[in-house]
Amino acid sequence: MALEGEKLVAERALLTLGEAELLELYRRMILIRRFEDKTAEMYSRGKITGFCHLYAGEEAVAVGAIYALYDKDYVVSTYREHGHCLAKGANPRNVMAELFGKSTGISHGRGGSMHLFDAEKRFMGGYAIVGGGLPLSVGLALSNSYKEEPGVVCCFFGDGALPQGAFHESLNMASLWKLPVIFICENNHYGMGTLVQNAICQEELYRFAEPYKMPGVRVDGMDVIDVYKATVEAAARAREGEGPSLIEAITYRFRGHSMSDPAEYRSKREERIWQDRDPIKNLRRRLLGERHVPETRLEAIERDVTAVIDDAVKFADESPEPPVSELARDVYVE
Amino acid sequence: MPEISYREALNQALSEEMERDQRVFIMGEEVGYFGGAFKVTDGLLAIFGDKRVRDTPISELTIVGAGIGAAMGGLKPIVELMTVNFGLLAMDQIVNHAAKIHYMFGGNAKVPIVIRAPQGGGHQLGAQHSQSLEAYFLHCPGLRVIIPATPADAKGLLKSALRQEDPVIFLEHESLYGVKGEVPLGEHLVPMGVARTARTGKDVTIITYSKCVYDSMRAAEALENEGIDAEVIDLRTLNPLDLTTCVESIRKTGKAIIVYEGWKTGGAGAEIAAQLYEAAFDSLDAPIERVATRDLPMPYNKRLERAALPTPDDIVKIAERLV
Repeated sequence: MALEGEKLVAERALLTLGEAELLELYRRMILIRRFEDKTAEMYSRGKITGFCHLYAGEEAVAVGAIYALYDKDYVVSTYREHGHCLAKGANPRNVMAELFGKSTGISHGRGGSMHLFDAEKRFMGGYAIVGGGLPLSVGLALSNSYKEEPGVVCCFFGDGALPQGAFHESLNMASLWKLPVIFICENNHYGMGTLVQNAICQEELYRFAEPYKMPGVRVDGMDVIDVYKATVEAAARAREGEGPSLIEAITYRFRGHSMSDPAEYRSKREERIWQDRDPIKNLRRRLLGERHVPETRLEAIERDVTAVIDDAVKFADESPEPPVSELARDVYVE
Repeated sequence: MPEISYREALNQALSEEMERDQRVFIMGEEVGYFGGAFKVTDGLLAIFGDKRVRDTPISELTIVGAGIGAAMGGLKPIVELMTVNFGLLAMDQIVNHAAKIHYMFGGNAKVPIVIRAPQGGGHQLGAQHSQSLEAYFLHCPGLRVIIPATPADAKGLLKSALRQEDPVIFLEHESLYGVKGEVPLGEHLVPMGVARTARTGKDVTIITYSKCVYDSMRAAEALENEGIDAEVIDLRTLNPLDLTTCVESIRKTGKAIIVYEGWKTGGAGAEIAAQLYEAAFDSLDAPIERVATRDLPMPYNKRLERAALPTPDDIVKIAERLV
C-alpha cells in the first residue's frame, strides 16, 4: 500500500518537528530575509553591482526543503540562490563578501550574486543559464549511485526552466536510471515578467512528473512545514533507490525579477495578497498561537540574526579586493 | 612494437584506464550494446558491465551535463558524443558550465571530464555530418582541446587526458579510425602541449593536426621530388598549444603553411597564424598561408566534397609558390 506508506512518512515528519526545530526553521527563514533586505540596501548604495536576484518571499521553499536533507546531500541551484546557499549552511560572511566581489567571498569574488559555491557544505553552485543546473544534478546523483553512497541531490529551479529541453531530458534520464534527485520547481508565477500560463501549456507544473513516471506534488511554498513534509517523502523515496520526484512549490517573490526590475507587470493588489501570506509571518503566527512560544524568544532570534547580518556586511566591507595579479588563476587546474 | 589501428588504440587506452581507476566510466549514445557508433568502445561492456559503460538516451545536452555533475561528484567520466555535430546541442553545458565552473567558483570546484567526439568530412555525409569544429572549443578558455593524428598519440593522449583535471574536448577524425601504426603496449603517456615534428626539413614549415597530418606528409613527399624540403609539425593538442616548436621551425625555414580541416575563416589556423606573427614576424620571409576547408556547408556530391576539403595538391601548390 504505497499511499499508506507515504502518509506514514509524512505523519512522522510532522511529528518530528518539535518546538526547537520549528524555531530553527524560523531562524533560517529570517536569516535569509534579513540577508536579502540588507543586500537590497547595499545594492542601492553601490556596494553590490551586476545582476542580483533576491529570494525574499520564497524562503519557505529553500528552508523547508533543505531541512529535510542531511549535510552530505547535494544542493544545486540557480541565479536566485542566496537562500539555498545560506540554508545549506554557508557562512553569511563569505556569501555577503561574494556579493561585494571581495577575495574573501565564497567564490573569491569571481562569481558574484549568481555564482555561489560551497564544496564543504555540498552546495554545488548557482547557475545563471535557465535550466542549466538540472543536468548537473542528474550527474551528481549518478556519482552517488555509482559510488553506492546514500546521498540525494536536491535541485532547485524556477517555473521558467520548465519549457527548457534540459528539464525534460533531465527528468527522463533521472527516472530512467532511478537516480536520487529531488527536483524542486519554485513556481513564483513569473519567468522574469512572463506569466507561467503564457509560457507553458500545462500550468499545473507538478503534472510533468507523470509522463516521466515519478511522483509529482504541488505544495504551498509559503508554508515551510508543507515544503519540509513533501521533501522528506521525496528524500525517503530517493534514498530507498526508488528514483526521483518532482515537487512544485507555489510561491511568490516579493521583489522584481532582479534589482533592476520594478515589477510593473504585477498589480499592487496581487502583491498585497501574497505579502499577507508571508511565510515568515505565517510561521511566527503559528509559533505564538499554536505552540505558545513566548514572543521574547522570537525577538531574541531576530536580534541574533540581525547581528549576524550586520557582522557579515562589516566583514564584506572590510575585506580586500581580489588582486589583479590573480586575474588568470584557476582558468585551468594548476 | 605491435601495430594496431587508431580505433584499437583508443579502445586500449579506455580499457587500461578503466582497469587502473575505478572512477573512470564511459557514457554516451550506443557506447554499450552497440559497441560505439564507430566501434571505439567495442567489447568494453562485456569487461566492465553496464554501470561503467552506460548507454544513454539521445539527449546530448544532458549527457554532457550529467558528465559534468558526475565529475563534480568525484568521478572521471568519459562522455562520447556520437559525432561533434551533435555536440552542438551540448554547447551550453560545455561552454557555459564545464569551461566556467573551476574559475567562476574561485577554484573551489573541478570538472575532470573527457568529452570524446568523432568529426571531419570526406565520407559524403552532407552538411550536418561533416564538420570539424575544433575552433569552437579552442575559442573558449577553460577547455583543453586534444586532436591526435596517430594511433600512438590517440592512446597516449587519451590516457593523459584522464590523468589531469581540466575538462577536455578530445576530437577524433572519422577517417583515422582504420589507420594503423605502432602503439606501445601498456603504460604509454603523451604529454599535452608538446608538438611532434613528423618530418624535418629546411625550406618550409607545414603546421597541422589530425587527418591533415597525413595529407601534409603526402604533400611533403611530393615536394621532396621537386627538391623542396618541408618540415611537418603535428600539433597534437590545440590547447595547450606548443607555439615554441612552430617558432623554432619558422626561424629555420622562414615560411609557414597551416593545414587544417575546419573552415578557413575563423579556424584554428587563423589563431595559430596570428600567434606566429606576434612571436616570429621578423623570421618570416612571406605571409603565413592557410590551407583549409572552403567556407561553405559540406555538399554531398563526391566531386564537390573533394573540392571543398583541403588536399595534398593544395598544399603542394602553395608550398611551390612560397619557396
